[in-house]
Amino acid sequence: MSVNQQAHTGPPYGQPQPGYQGYQQPAYGGQSLPGAPQSQYGAYNGPMPGYQQPVPPQGSLRAPPTSGAPPPVSGASHPSGHVAYSQFEHGDVQNGIPASAAPVQRPPASQPFLPGSAPTPVSQISTFQQYGPPPASVQQLRNHMAGMTIGCTAASAPPPAGLGYASVPPVSGSFSATGSGLYTPYSASQGPPLTSVSQGLPLVQPPFPGQTISTQRLPTQVPGFTPPPPSTGVGPSSYPPTTGAPRPPAMPGPPLPGQTVAGPPSSQPNHVSSPPPPSTMAGLHPGPPMSGLHGPPPPNHPPQPGYQMQQNGSFGQMRGPQPNYGGAYPGAPNYGSPPGPPPPPKRLDPDSIPSPIQVIEDDRNNRGSEPFVTGVRGQVPPLVTTNFLVKDQGNASPRYIRCTSYNIPCTSDMAKQSQVPLAAVIKPLATLPPEETLPYLVDHGESGPVRCNRCKAYMCPFMQFIEGGRRFQCCFCSCVTEVPPHYFQHLDHTGKRVDFYDRPELSLGSYEFLATVDYCKNNKFPSPPAFIFMIDVSYNAVKSGLVRLICEELKSLLDYLPREGNMEESAIRVGFVTYNKVLHFYNVKSSLAQPQMMVVSDVADMFVPLLDGFLVNVNESRTVIASLLDQIPEMFADTRETETVFAPVIQAGLEALKAADCAGKLFIFHTSLPIAEAPGKLKNRDDRKLINTDKEKTLFQPQTSFYNNLAKDCVAQGCCVDLFLFPNQYLDVATLGVVPYQTGGSIYKYAYFQLETDQYRFLNDLRKDVQKEVGFDAVMRVRTSTGIRATDFFGAFYMSNTTDVEMAGLDCDKTITVEFKHDDKLSEDSGALLQCALLYTSCAGQRRLRIHNLSLNCCTQLADLYRNCETDTLINYLAKHAYRGVLSSPVKTVRDALINQCAQILACYRKNCASPSSAGQLILPECMKLLPVYLNCVLKSDVLQPGPEVTTDDRAYIRQLVTSMDVAETNVFFYPRLLPLTKADVDSDSLPAAIRNSEERLSKGDIYLLENGLNIFVWVGVNVQQSLIQNLFGVSSFSQISNALSTLPVLENPFSKKVRSIVDTLQGQRSRYMKLIIVKQEDKLEMLFKHFLVEDKSLSGGASYVDFLCHMHKEIRQLLS
Amino acid sequence: MATYLEFIQQNEERDGVRFSWNVWPSSRLEATRMVVPLACLLTPLKERLDLPPVQYEPVLCSRPTCKAVLNPLCQVDYRAKLWACNFCFQRNQFPPAYAGISEVNQPAELMPQFSTIEYIVQRGPQTPLIFLYVVDTCLEEEDLQALKESLQMSLSLLPPDALVGLITFGRMVQVHELSCEGISKSYVFRGTKDLTAKQIQDMLGLSRPAVPMQQGRPLQTPDQPVISSRFLQPVHKIDMNLTDLLGELQRDPWPVTQGKRPLRSTGVALSIAVGLLEGTFPNTGARIMLFTGGPPTQGPGMVVGDELKTPIRSWHDIEKDNARFMKKATKHYETLANRSAANGHCIDIYACALDQTGLLEMKCCANLTGGHMVMGDSFNTSLFKQTFQRVFSKGYNGEFRMAFGANLDVKTSRELKIAGAIGPCISLNAKGPCVSENELGIGGTSQWKICSLDPSTTLAIYFEVVNQHNAPIPQGGRGAVQFVTHYQHSSTQKRIRVTTIARNWADAQTQLQHIEAAFDQEAAAVLMARLGVYRAESEEGPDVLRWLDRQLIRLCQKFGQYNKDDPNSFRLSESFSLYPQFIFHLRRSPFLQVFNNSPDESSYYRHHFARQDLTQSLIMIQPILYAYSFHGPPEPVLLDSSSILPDRILLMDTFFQIVIYLGETIAQWQKAGYQDMPEYENFKHLLQAPLDDAQEILQTRFPMPRYIHTEHGGSQARFLLSKVNPSQTHNNLYAWGQVSNGGAAHDWECL
Repeated sequence: MSVNQQAHTGPPYGQPQPGYQGYQQPAYGGQSLPGAPQSQYGAYNGPMPGYQQPVPPQGSLRAPPTSGAPPPVSGASHPSGHVAYSQFEHGDVQNGIPASAAPVQRPPASQPFLPGSAPTPVSQISTFQQYGPPPASVQQLRNHMAGMTIGCTAASAPPPAGLGYASVPPVSGSFSATGSGLYTPYSASQGPPLTSVSQGLPLVQPPFPGQTISTQRLPTQVPGFTPPPPSTGVGPSSYPPTTGAPRPPAMPGPPLPGQTVAGPPSSQPNHVSSPPPPSTMAGLHPGPPMSGLHGPPPPNHPPQPGYQMQQNGSFGQMRGPQPNYGGAYPGAPNYGSPPGPPPPPKRLDPDSIPSPIQVIEDDRNNRGSEPFVTGVRGQVPPLVTTNFLVKDQGNASPRYIRCTSYNIPCTSDMAKQSQVPLAAVIKPLATLPPEETLPYLVDHGESGPVRCNRCKAYMCPFMQFIEGGRRFQCCFCSCVTEVPPHYFQHLDHTGKRVDFYDRPELSLGSYEFLATVDYCKNNKFPSPPAFIFMIDVSYNAVKSGLVRLICEELKSLLDYLPREGNMEESAIRVGFVTYNKVLHFYNVKSSLAQPQMMVVSDVADMFVPLLDGFLVNVNESRTVIASLLDQIPEMFADTRETETVFAPVIQAGLEALKAADCAGKLFIFHTSLPIAEAPGKLKNRDDRKLINTDKEKTLFQPQTSFYNNLAKDCVAQGCCVDLFLFPNQYLDVATLGVVPYQTGGSIYKYAYFQLETDQYRFLNDLRKDVQKEVGFDAVMRVRTSTGIRATDFFGAFYMSNTTDVEMAGLDCDKTITVEFKHDDKLSEDSGALLQCALLYTSCAGQRRLRIHNLSLNCCTQLADLYRNCETDTLINYLAKHAYRGVLSSPVKTVRDALINQCAQILACYRKNCASPSSAGQLILPECMKLLPVYLNCVLKSDVLQPGPEVTTDDRAYIRQLVTSMDVAETNVFFYPRLLPLTKADVDSDSLPAAIRNSEERLSKGDIYLLENGLNIFVWVGVNVQQSLIQNLFGVSSFSQISNALSTLPVLENPFSKKVRSIVDTLQGQRSRYMKLIIVKQEDKLEMLFKHFLVEDKSLSGGASYVDFLCHMHKEIRQLLS
Repeated sequence: MATYLEFIQQNEERDGVRFSWNVWPSSRLEATRMVVPLACLLTPLKERLDLPPVQYEPVLCSRPTCKAVLNPLCQVDYRAKLWACNFCFQRNQFPPAYAGISEVNQPAELMPQFSTIEYIVQRGPQTPLIFLYVVDTCLEEEDLQALKESLQMSLSLLPPDALVGLITFGRMVQVHELSCEGISKSYVFRGTKDLTAKQIQDMLGLSRPAVPMQQGRPLQTPDQPVISSRFLQPVHKIDMNLTDLLGELQRDPWPVTQGKRPLRSTGVALSIAVGLLEGTFPNTGARIMLFTGGPPTQGPGMVVGDELKTPIRSWHDIEKDNARFMKKATKHYETLANRSAANGHCIDIYACALDQTGLLEMKCCANLTGGHMVMGDSFNTSLFKQTFQRVFSKGYNGEFRMAFGANLDVKTSRELKIAGAIGPCISLNAKGPCVSENELGIGGTSQWKICSLDPSTTLAIYFEVVNQHNAPIPQGGRGAVQFVTHYQHSSTQKRIRVTTIARNWADAQTQLQHIEAAFDQEAAAVLMARLGVYRAESEEGPDVLRWLDRQLIRLCQKFGQYNKDDPNSFRLSESFSLYPQFIFHLRRSPFLQVFNNSPDESSYYRHHFARQDLTQSLIMIQPILYAYSFHGPPEPVLLDSSSILPDRILLMDTFFQIVIYLGETIAQWQKAGYQDMPEYENFKHLLQAPLDDAQEILQTRFPMPRYIHTEHGGSQARFLLSKVNPSQTHNNLYAWGQVSNGGAAHDWECL
């Protein structure tokens, strides 16, 4: 069936088919054999027809268009392979090919493509024109895809686009407004045929995604090519025609190509024939095939692959789930209920809209295998969800810096027009995987690091040595600076210093300088930092067993204080304070026979009662400390004191550090609202009535400015505060969190702490928190090339001026998001550079400078911008921006602004980059196709749209938490990972393929795991096999499963082991230990769980993905009209 | 005369009372013309071996404004079982327990020999004595070590059930909790911040209201001891703990940079000590014992800044109004002293340092509460060690020589009114009919509180005769005064000592010779001296001296016999003969002269002068000089430079110092070693005699005097030379004799 259609596109697709099969294979992997898939497909097909119907016509249509597309297509046909390669290659190429290469490729590509997008496409367009959409650049295609992503995808083939839309019609329906009109036509025209076709073409149906993809791809590809140019993608586009040949070679991916090739085939054809081809394609990844198909998509080389991959992936996944769906869907109201084909018009098929799962999967498959080499300017790194190695060749690893876009508009007008925020998410002390090397430590001697005379930028790989090496020209401000004699080195014939490879600061993107005394406070080298443990010993804390727990844990934990490199013991000194309404300091001097307790009740005017013996070396005072930790729980066992103070506790720590003249960190374990008479006393002001009023913002603001001033003092001293909260009721996190937040500390919150269920989580967090790498007394400055400037900063820190980010402490998990604005023009030639310099005191008391450099491309075409964006980073920025906004504006305003900005971004793309098409079409840039779904997640998050069960404290807590999250964390936080545990392969190490966060995807017969970085839910369907329940929970029936479990029982069977290892793996990936919650289907807790199924409508009124997409579309159309 | 001397002595021994006049002028006008006011020195707890206390309540006059105690002077109607109060003439029924009395069966209080009687009464719960150590840790290592040892030693001297507490201070103030096992716990306060009693109690967790909220009833009684016991524990329970704690006491750990004084928060430490006791044991006998090794340098009560380059205030600075912190600090300590006194707690100050320690500012703490004040050079001297030990010495009957929370109530017959008192007491502001409007000393009241007293504590009490001239008192009429002293005995018993005395009235116009003969010039000298010193505290030195001179002149005018313009004709009767000499030495004494004394020293001397009994006071005014020679037995000699002879050994007792001075020849003999030669054993004995006598004085004196052994030409001989009347010098160019005529004395110390 598909054959016909394929016939046109056939060739290219044909190949894909195998890929497809291959795809399936991988997807199904060991599990489902081709046979299985087929069956699945079968099921799929059932419903699909409706949709696919359009496809067929499309197919037919496409054929022509594709053929029409001839240039590309034809190219594609033959080149198709190439193309495919190219795409793949792109990916590879990108990595491999230096940025410079890209431009070269561009020209060719650009020509065809650019035109494609605008004029050129004509030729093709003509053919495509029919499709109208097709003309849309590849992006458009994508857009289409995205738009009705599904529809798009279906129609995706630009030509198909039409088709897709035709198929889309359903979508249109959903789009009601204008869209519908447009769509309908398509649908009408195509619709019937499609349907018929679809029927006829079972293949098509399944393809929805596939088809769309394929179609889109095709077209997209075509136009896409143009886009590719910007990125290495260009290569591909150009490749097909011109360098098609060369590429392959270039393509490291020869294998890839193969895969790609395989991929492409897999696309549409896959659906149909997939099963059979698999054998042939077997080797090929589904992804590749897609890419192959996408060949056109090149624009988004990276994305495309991703995109395709996604689609493929989605397919693949779909397949995975499909079976389920097969079951569920058919049964499911969505599919089932709606009348076969016709119904679709009413509703947008969730499977056809861009799937995060697919995108992630594709990127993982495409980019996870090769190291990411940072030598090339403006490369878009793999997604955060992809495991990849980084080779530092002059730019900072994406683990340190990620940008919203790697291609910056040259002018502020462009930037304003696009509305794409330019931001970098910086994690200066990020932990690297063991395979990657830590930044080298460079010592430039007594005179300190070599720096530009004018802008004070530090020596970096982008500095230009001139005059035989006697001077260097600053890459940021162009000022010429004399090279200090001791640093002089001759240049080789290329103008490189001879010692280029010997000096990390000349050859690497990230490195550290040893700071001289000039970089130290008071011109004095710092003393080693100190940790002070401050434990609430009020009634609640004692009664819950918390105090005993902490003391017990500290006994062993103190042996694991962070230490530098190969040092024998940690240089960090420790001190202890307990408190309720008063503070108790402890003298644990090693010479004492027993610890001494000093009570300070003058909380109004806090001071440190002792000097000597408060901060001690753990090894020297071991016995005294042990004795103290033994006695603390005893001493307060009978306490009746329920009131606590808080500000004085911080003041005490601050004063202690001041007295010891060092920086340090306070670990405060606190249980209740500080109502005792003392500075910083708080009152309970929790008022849910304020929600959705103009005063809602006060809930996020601190009650008093007292804590802001305190925070300022803390930062000045380098006193970082980590706060562990164990509230049983409201304790005003918004206020208590001010100091931790502004000092670069962390807040951990364990509501209704219970020893049995929460201790493990708390102890894990505590251990991690104590042991993790941390820098003290840190100041960070971001320098940029002339033309842009860091203007805004988000994160946990304090700023006393407009440029320096000050943090009393900065640990390896803390992230700072920096926004840039233009203050001049940038040039395409020189690109844009960022240099992030972090001055800090290491845990051994050494003063250091950590430098991260990153070079970005600059563009004069918006298309280039849109092709090099990273949605995850964008979301990170948008979320932080919005979360800060709630402090000053009503939440509704913030939400609207957010929606508006995204609509503008997408509208700008549509207007300037996509080929003209009917206004009813939703066209998304390839690399932003997940923007709507993620944005919806942000809008639905507890801070911006709280459900009834979300407390004020939770919102404040999350607000602050998100503000220092990195991209990976925001990614999973907003779009949680949902894993079907029952699909896990007990014999492999890998995680089961994730599925989309929608209740529709859940099967009653399965067990799922959902994680968002804070919680892990294990959802158990009512129909789960008893044996599984027995294996996992050790009980014999569903009803016996206790949802009070906080860990999974340790049982000796493969399934239990596998699940536990999955949980452990996930825990290991997060900086905080996630709370494990067992949710039984149809149980009360399920409400909570459903809150995290972010593609669904939420109880608090958050839109479902589909609805939101429609809404976005409407917004965009409004903007365009 | 002999009779009067005997009478005086007898009265003193029996009642502990010495009046300036033992026959009283009967009208106000005459009394004022007597120059020396009618006054007495009262030693309320004078040790009486022959006075067994009675174990019942005193019988009081029923008139609410009187409440005098039944005494031997009362008229008793044995048949009607009535007695008439001799102060207000109220007729009172005897209580039922007295039903059996008759002329032959009299209760003790009616017998004449029991003009002083002591009752043991059962009132309120008996609370153990409380000793709160407030210890400065800004000391040199040796000093601190010595102090720690003294303190540890003192634990064994305390009554076993006494409660002890420990506060240490330096830059911070630490209140140590004594009941902790396994961990030593203390409450720490900033040394720079003044806290109210309420705040202190809150911060120490001593305020009660919060606790009952939770627990309800059971708290009230059982909880109280628990609360206080955190900081104040019975010695027998925690002496091991406390000994260890004291042993571990370290010098104040805060660094003191070059050119700075250590930061010493004496003011806050005292404030916390006062607040602590105030909150836990109001109106209970308690001693706050402050040990300090330097001036307060921060916070409220600071006396000098921590910059060494700014020296502590001198008299010169004070006169120039250049003592920045003095007024504020004095006010701080006065407030504390008053609070403490109001609660019946006394404050001792043991200040040992080479430089001043701020006694001037802190003196009121000891002065108003009856506490001790001890000044020394170092805690590591026997002066301090033995003095401190002597605080806990016991009397003949094995009881501690200390009593607490005394309340002295004075009642007078109606011809007399009370003008005031001078001594270690504060006014209780008890107004009444017998309170005079003219104040002498602490007046305006008939009751005073003496927070701590020992058997030698002596108050001067001044009266005013109010009888009008035109209302003569019948012949043979007697005026009466009753002293009622409620106090807490060291055994924690509550006791009441009642002393009732009566003196004859005499018409000064007709019976002046009686009055004159009954003049007690020793008592009068001391009483005048107390007035002078009391004035000196608040007035300029020269004014006081002028006032003293004028009084002396007026007295001589009144009682001397002379021919006008003929100095040689001047004669004073025997009962006045020594008085001018006392006043002469008083004028030269450190109590009125500040030259060459630091403000601290002046305060120290004045403190002791205002509380010692008559004998000691006289020694202070006019040091005693004994001469030892081969010419006869030891004899007292004139305090005059003419007494210094080469072949004499002199022993001078100034109360604060004991000086043994070897005459030139004696010193040479001693150097030659004659005393070691058997044939000159008598010389050895001669050398030994003053040492033995000195030892005897040292044994009993509190505080330990400075013991100086010197010889002719020795540098320390200045202590002797500064005291003697410089009628002769090595350089007898000047007519020193004129000095005795009362001109502006040329102080000899300057030589």
